[in-house]
Amino acid sequence: MAAAQFEVPKLSDTAYTTVPKIQEGSMAHVKTFPAVKASQEFLGYPFELADDWKERVIERMGQSLKKYRSLRVFMDACVHCGACTDKCHYFLGTADPKNMPVARQDLMRKIYRRYFTLPGKIAPWLVGAEDLTKDTLNDWFTYYHQCSECRRCSVYCPYGIDTAEITMAGREILNYAGMGQKYSSEILNKVQKIGNNLGLPGPALEDTLLGLEEDIEADTGVAVKMPLNVKGAEILLITPSADFFSEPHVESLIGYAKVFHAAGASWTLSSHASEAGNFGLFNGNYETMRTVAMRIRDAALELGVKRIIVGECGHAWRVAYAFWNTLTGIGYGGNDPFSIELQSKLDSRYKQPMHICEYTWDLIQQGVLKFDKSLNDHRTVTFHDSCNVARGSRMGDEPGGQFTIPRNIIRAVVNNYQDMAAETIGEGTFCCGGGGGVLTDDLIEARVKGALPRMNAYNAVAQENGVNFLALICAICKAQFTKVVPYYGFDMSQVGGVHQLVSTAIKLEQD
Amino acid sequence: MSALTVFYIGLYYVAAIILIGGLAYRVYEYASTPAPLNIPTTPAPITKLGVRFRMFREIAFFESLFKSNKWIWVFGYLFHVGLALVLLRHIRYFQEPVWFWVELIQPFGMYASLAMIAGLAGLWARRFLVDRVRYISTPSDHLILVLLIAIGLSGMTMTFVAHTDIIALKTFALGLVTFDWHPLPSDGPLLVHLFLVALLMIIFPISKLLHVPGVFFSPTRNQVDNPRERRHLAPWAAALDKDNG
Repeated sequence: MAAAQFEVPKLSDTAYTTVPKIQEGSMAHVKTFPAVKASQEFLGYPFELADDWKERVIERMGQSLKKYRSLRVFMDACVHCGACTDKCHYFLGTADPKNMPVARQDLMRKIYRRYFTLPGKIAPWLVGAEDLTKDTLNDWFTYYHQCSECRRCSVYCPYGIDTAEITMAGREILNYAGMGQKYSSEILNKVQKIGNNLGLPGPALEDTLLGLEEDIEADTGVAVKMPLNVKGAEILLITPSADFFSEPHVESLIGYAKVFHAAGASWTLSSHASEAGNFGLFNGNYETMRTVAMRIRDAALELGVKRIIVGECGHAWRVAYAFWNTLTGIGYGGNDPFSIELQSKLDSRYKQPMHICEYTWDLIQQGVLKFDKSLNDHRTVTFHDSCNVARGSRMGDEPGGQFTIPRNIIRAVVNNYQDMAAETIGEGTFCCGGGGGVLTDDLIEARVKGALPRMNAYNAVAQENGVNFLALICAICKAQFTKVVPYYGFDMSQVGGVHQLVSTAIKLEQD
Repeated sequence: MSALTVFYIGLYYVAAIILIGGLAYRVYEYASTPAPLNIPTTPAPITKLGVRFRMFREIAFFESLFKSNKWIWVFGYLFHVGLALVLLRHIRYFQEPVWFWVELIQPFGMYASLAMIAGLAGLWARRFLVDRVRYISTPSDHLILVLLIAIGLSGMTMTFVAHTDIIALKTFALGLVTFDWHPLPSDGPLLVHLFLVALLMIIFPISKLLHVPGVFFSPTRNQVDNPRERRHLAPWAAALDKDNG
């Protein structure tokens, strides 16, 4: 780890993070890199502001206000009560007031009021309305990329105002005006051109999977397979591409493969749809999000699968659970030819799509999987609820299943488990600090500082309960924590996946 | 009839038209703007009935605010419940005979005004005392509190200090509703009170008071968590499916 170019926040003595006094402008210098010409043009955006940038911003904002009820209502409904002001992890970690959810929203609201409301047109000074300037857009670019769209603020707002919706709209308007973010832009290029966010081509993927199969067999003596592009397989596994070669992600991929093996399932991966992640969500562009998600529909139809299961990835699960049905017809209840074409081929005995944790927990309940929990005895585990899973999706049949099912799995495979402080998990969970398109080195200061509330909660159970493993079900959380926990004095080997724990404890029968 | 009475009659008709017409327009706007994606803040109810219960808790008890910040909840709740009782108490000016339950709550309505002012004072104090709230406050945030406090105090002056001619006022109010106009008593506190209330009605559809209709249309609160079972499709989004055939 290189020496930090900024002051790393100090951990507190408790699980809780003290609300700081505001420090105006303390994060104004943290700017993400702008996107380059080629990648923005591929997405259909200009790469720099043209002479008509102002008109384009107002035009796009007007369109978004007509397309999204969320944005329309949220622009009007805020009363500036202040309930959200101490809820954002970036504010808690940086003290920059523009990282308070309401202030982040107001960056857009002041333009909305100036150009779209009567009081803002006639008396802008009265209602906090402001003219649109390049400074406004610079503020948007800075602070809409210090938001991980984690929705924690929306839990606590009396009107349910979700800053994520405003950040998404803000990034879409910025893109449309000519101010894209390099990181998200390039990823959206790679997934559309190659099939996954990491730009791993089909042959390389095949090699990687073969290598992993050999590793597992050497390790366990069992020939666990990782099938690719198998037509007629029952299950299509869609997982974040980080699972294919990043540590600790790959340990979870091995875990899924072992679960499928133990269940005797017929499954496959797809090189065409070798990515669960969907950065279209982060950019707030419905069409892009749909185009990216369509690869999964296409792969499902091409391979003729009956079930679609999603690996450990937070925002991907939100897109899969909450949006795939709408975007691509993966789900039930469609009465149009487009969705019927797919839905008629899916096995209606199962949830579509299904989370890998739902799948594994079902098998555990049926007694199909056997574990030796003592193999995890070197670990004392806690579970971090990933924001998109916690507040944007569900698992199982009951509200809150997204909290109980992963914990149930962990308790079935480890002996030592300890939850973090109640206010920092469940629906109130703190983001890892790297979600929503922020997981890039140019934003490392925001990432490290934004992780503070989670690190305080983790530190408390590490000190008091000897916790030494942070279990995750999100590729971004895994990458973020691996990078960030060392800044707070923890070893990165303490970070891993839920199915990594499953992988350690599962008993496989020799063929 | 005095010019003053004519002015107030005109003012109230204009205010009523702006309030009702403006809110109807906003509700139409909110209702006709599509919600293309299923975005309830989860865990969320999985049935319509469950959503109604969630909305009820939100509106009757400010559930999310309670989770969020106990001080804002206390002050906000005191103000809103106080205001609700005060408004219900005012029904008696617009009917003859007066409903039984409106008679019944008259004393509660009187003391509710105290709660209302206490709540408003607390909310206003936060705008000065809490640095985060001070940072986000605009002049209009302060002025709306001033307006509400002034409405409350001018009304309480008539209740607790100097009574106005309540019979004449009621005749005036009933006249507004039945288009059979009568003179308005010209007491200072009454004229201030009525003027400020009309002002509040006029700014309602163009200010943050839109949180009242807004909360009913908030997709994070009013949507059912059922995206795997039901395909949510906005009209503009459905057009995209056709291109894919």
